[in-house]
Amino acid sequence: MSMHTTITYREIDGRSPGYFALLLGIGAFLALGLGAAYYMEHHGHHVTGMSNQIVWGVPHVFAVFLIIAASGALNVASIASVFERTLYKPLTRMSGLVALASLAGGLMVLVLDLGRPDRLIVAMTTYNFRSIFAWNVFLYTGLFVIIAFYLWSMMAQRQGARFYKSAALTAFLWRLALTTGTGSIFGFLVAREAYNSAVMAPLFIAMSFVFGKAIFMLILISTCHLTDRPLGRIVLTRLQRLMGIVLVATFYFVLLQHLTNLYMAERQPVEMFLLFGGNVYSFLFWVVQITLGTVLPLVLLLSPRLGGNVSAIVLASVLMIVGGLAQVYVIIIGGQAFPLALFPGFEVSSLAFDGQVGVYTPTLPEVLLGMGGVAMMLGVVVVAMAALRFLPISLADADVDPDHVHDMIDQEDEAVEEADAQLVPTRT
Amino acid sequence: MSNTTQGIRGSPVAAENVVFKTTPESATDPSRRGVLTGALALAVAPGVFLIGGRAVAKPNDQPVSESVRWGLLVDASRCAEGCSDCVDACREEHGWGGAGGKPTDPQWIRKVSLKDRTRTVSLPVMCQHCESPPCVDVCPTGASFRRADGIVLVDRHICIGCRYCMMACPYNARSFVHEDIEGQKPHMPRGKGCVESCTLCAHRVDRDQQPACVERCAHEALVFGNLNDPESVIAQRLAGQTSTRIRPDLKTNPGVYYQGL
Repeated sequence: MSMHTTITYREIDGRSPGYFALLLGIGAFLALGLGAAYYMEHHGHHVTGMSNQIVWGVPHVFAVFLIIAASGALNVASIASVFERTLYKPLTRMSGLVALASLAGGLMVLVLDLGRPDRLIVAMTTYNFRSIFAWNVFLYTGLFVIIAFYLWSMMAQRQGARFYKSAALTAFLWRLALTTGTGSIFGFLVAREAYNSAVMAPLFIAMSFVFGKAIFMLILISTCHLTDRPLGRIVLTRLQRLMGIVLVATFYFVLLQHLTNLYMAERQPVEMFLLFGGNVYSFLFWVVQITLGTVLPLVLLLSPRLGGNVSAIVLASVLMIVGGLAQVYVIIIGGQAFPLALFPGFEVSSLAFDGQVGVYTPTLPEVLLGMGGVAMMLGVVVVAMAALRFLPISLADADVDPDHVHDMIDQEDEAVEEADAQLVPTRT
Repeated sequence: MSNTTQGIRGSPVAAENVVFKTTPESATDPSRRGVLTGALALAVAPGVFLIGGRAVAKPNDQPVSESVRWGLLVDASRCAEGCSDCVDACREEHGWGGAGGKPTDPQWIRKVSLKDRTRTVSLPVMCQHCESPPCVDVCPTGASFRRADGIVLVDRHICIGCRYCMMACPYNARSFVHEDIEGQKPHMPRGKGCVESCTLCAHRVDRDQQPACVERCAHEALVFGNLNDPESVIAQRLAGQTSTRIRPDLKTNPGVYYQGL
C-alpha cells in the first residue's frame, strides 16, 4: 500500500468575526465556571448539593468524564502511530490536541472543587504513595507532558520525527495507566459495595474510548464544517465503526460490573437500589445510559444504511456524551447515595443520616463549574487550532486515500453484503 | 493570638500552629512522631503522667510510643437511648457546631439506634481509630495519618479537602467543613475546606485525661485505655466479655470495641 502524499495542515482563521464570536461564547462559559468556583470556595461547599454523605458531586462527574475522555481522544492518534493505520495519520495532531484540552478541562474542575484549591502546591509536592490519588497526580501531569512532547514530535517534523514512535508508544501506555488509575480511585474503596471491584479499571478504559471518541468526532465534524474543509466518507465510516466497537466493549464491561454485583448476595441491595430503585439513578441508568447512550447510538453507528451519514454520527456522538455523563453520575453519586452497611442485620437510624439514602440535588454553581471545564477544553482547542496547524485542509477521500485502497475494501464489503442479502431466501 | 505555649525547641509558639504540625512523611515515621507528640505534649502541663505509680502517658520530651494502643470500649447495654451526653461533650470540647440534622453539619460522634426483631440498642459511633485505616491509605498528601499510639488524625496544614478519605472510611466517621466556622478552641484548629473527625481527644490523652465523651458519660458506657496493657480496665473488660467491632470483616482492626450488641 502506498500513501506518499504529504498532508497539508493549516490553522483555522483566527481573525474572522465568527471565530471571535465563538471565543466570546466559550470565554463566557469559562468565566461563569471560574466565578462559580470562587463562589463555592468563598462560601464553602454548603452552597453546593454536596454533604457529608454525598461528598463528591457534579463537579467530579464532569472532572472524571473529561479526564478519561482525554485518554480516549488520544486513541485516534495511537491507532495511527502505534498500530500504523495510515488512514488516521492526518488526524493525529487533532487527536493529541483534543486529549490535551480535555485533560486541562477535567483537571481544572477537579482542582477547583477541592476544599482548599489554594493548596494545589501541597498536592503537587507532598505525596503519600499508598494513595492511588497521589499516583494519579503523576499520571495526569505526566500525560500533559507526554502529549505535549508527542505533539511536538508530530509537528516539528525535522527535529521531532525521530522521537515520534517512542512518544506515541509512551503516550499509549501512559493513558492506559491513567484510566486504570482513575477507575481504581473507585475500585480501591473497600467499604463501598457499588465500587469495590477490579472491573472498574477496564470499565474506565472502555468508557474513555467512548467519551473521547464522541468528543473528538464532534470537534472534528464541526471544525471541518465551519472552516469548509472536506471530510470524506472513508474517514467518517471508519471512525463511525470504531465508535460502535468501543461502545459495544463498554457495554460488555457494564454488564460485567452489574452482573457480578448482582451475583453476590451482600451486594444485591446496592444493585437493586441503583438498577431498580425507581429513583434518579435507575432512571439515568436505563433511560439515559442504556437506551439513549448505548442502544440508540449503536443503531446509528452500526446500521449499514447510515454508514458515513454525518447527522447520524453527530447525533450518536451527542447521545454518547449524554449517556456517558449519566453513567459517571450513576457510578459516582449513586454509589455514595446508598447507605454504608455499618451494622448488617440491624435497622439503623441516627441524626447523622445513618441507614438513609443520601440526598443530593446539584446546585447551579456546581453545574457551572462543570460546564466551565468543558469551556476550558473547547477554549484550548479553538485557540490552539488558530495558532498552530492541527487539522489538514482536506480529509476528502481522494486526499486521505489517493490509491483508493479503502474504496476497494468498501466496495468488496458492499458486494459481499449484497451477495449475502441475495442468499437469504425471501419468504412471501 | 493570645494562646501561646512552648514550641518544640522551647520558644513560645501559637497553640494553633503547634497542635497538629507535622512533617509529611509516613504516619509512623519517628521524626514525624516526634514533632507531633512534642507539639501535642507541649500544649499541656508537664508532670502529670503518673497515675497509681504506673506511667500512662509520656513525658513531654518523648514521642508517643507504639507500646501504647489507645482504645475505646462502648458498652451498648449501658448506653441510654435518647441520651446524647457524649455527643454534647465532644461538641463543647472541640467546638464543632451545628445543631445536627443538616447533612452538611460536622458530626465527629453520633448516636446510632439499632433495631432488630427483638430489641433496640443505642450507641455512639465515631472514628474507629483503625490500625489499618483506609482514610490514611487513600489520602494523597498524607494529611490523614495514624499516630504510633493508634490515634488517627488529620493534619489540617496539608489537607487539601479532596474528601477521598470520606469516600474510603467504612464508618462514615469523617466530616468536611462546609462553611465558615466560629468559636474555635485553641487546642483544636479547624478550617473551612478541610476534613476532620474524632481525635480521641489526643490533646487530653497526652496530659493523662480521658477523652471528653468518656468523662461526661454518666452511664459508664464508655471505657478508655491502653489496649496493650493487660492490667488496664479496658483490656480487662475485653478479656472478660465478648466484644465486637464495626465491620470486622474489613480487617481494619479498629481501636473502638463494642459490647452488648
